[in-house]
Amino acid sequence: MSAEGNGATGWLARVYVTPKQGVLDPQGKAVQQSLHALGYPEVLDLRLGKYVEVTLAEISRESAETRVREMCERLLANGVIEDFRFDLEASR
Amino acid sequence: MRWGVVTFPGSNDDAQTAFVLEGLLGEKVARLWHKDTTLGALDAVVLPGGFSYGDYLRCGAMARFSPIMSAVEGFAADGGLVIGVCNGFQILCEAGLLPGALVRNRDLRFLCQRTHVRVEDTDTAFTNRCRRGEVLDIPIKHGEGCYVADAATLDALETGRQIVLRYCDAEGRVTAGSNPNGSLGSIAGVRNARGNVFGMMPHPEYAAEWLVGGEDGRKIFLSMVASGGVSSDAVVSATRSKVVSGP
Repeated sequence: MSAEGNGATGWLARVYVTPKQGVLDPQGKAVQQSLHALGYPEVLDLRLGKYVEVTLAEISRESAETRVREMCERLLANGVIEDFRFDLEASR
Repeated sequence: MRWGVVTFPGSNDDAQTAFVLEGLLGEKVARLWHKDTTLGALDAVVLPGGFSYGDYLRCGAMARFSPIMSAVEGFAADGGLVIGVCNGFQILCEAGLLPGALVRNRDLRFLCQRTHVRVEDTDTAFTNRCRRGEVLDIPIKHGEGCYVADAATLDALETGRQIVLRYCDAEGRVTAGSNPNGSLGSIAGVRNARGNVFGMMPHPEYAAEWLVGGEDGRKIFLSMVASGGVSSDAVVSATRSKVVSGP
């Protein structure tokens, strides 16, 4: 099965990796404090994570989902300290 | 004892570790490259400190997939002694050989300083040459040394006596002020449940001669030598006989 859409040749997976709730995020805290210092007192919380773009060859959506999830579990995120989520977009 | 010291791209404490083992303690050392797929006949493996793979993604995340890690995992599964120091500790956690993870220091600063750690348990292959409660003076140098694990894991570590070293002050008191990096439970070193895999953030290899300020680090390596020699510990004895008979 090809990716969805006319002329689509694959997938773009957008992976978001964030520190688990409860895991100390000193970087996020430091950035939050900087925003406060810049005059944004409305910032109540800030968690700093990673954004990963993975370009995939032409495979089925099902397979892309399975395999990206596996990539996250095996390498892109560390389940002890991080959560992940991702979405898939058909790419040309 | 025959030791293997692994070098990953970016390791930088491998040479010092080999120097201490071979040059100061008279041990046999095989230098191993991350692309090696076998360990050869060894009694212990050291994953040294450094910045393997540039600390890309997460410290130790890439190194755990190095070809040699399959061999190290097999060695550990057979009961072989494995110690990971600093980045080596991070790699062991990433590989799932030790519980928990090491994240950015609480104060976000890279720390390079002498620290004190208290020996919580001496009934281990890594601290049997220490006294219970003994304070060791061993330096740290890391940016990601804050040990974290979920509450259930921490409980299991406590009850299983897997917490081997805690940061403390010079008198052995574990306080908020004696915790350099924010590690939960002031944990500086943990072992696996079986007792043959150990990780610690402080660097015993940089506390192995008076010329550079102290010899407390030797006790870690000498404990491993002692346990690999004559030991009543079933795991270690089994390992030893296995290694002696050869693969």
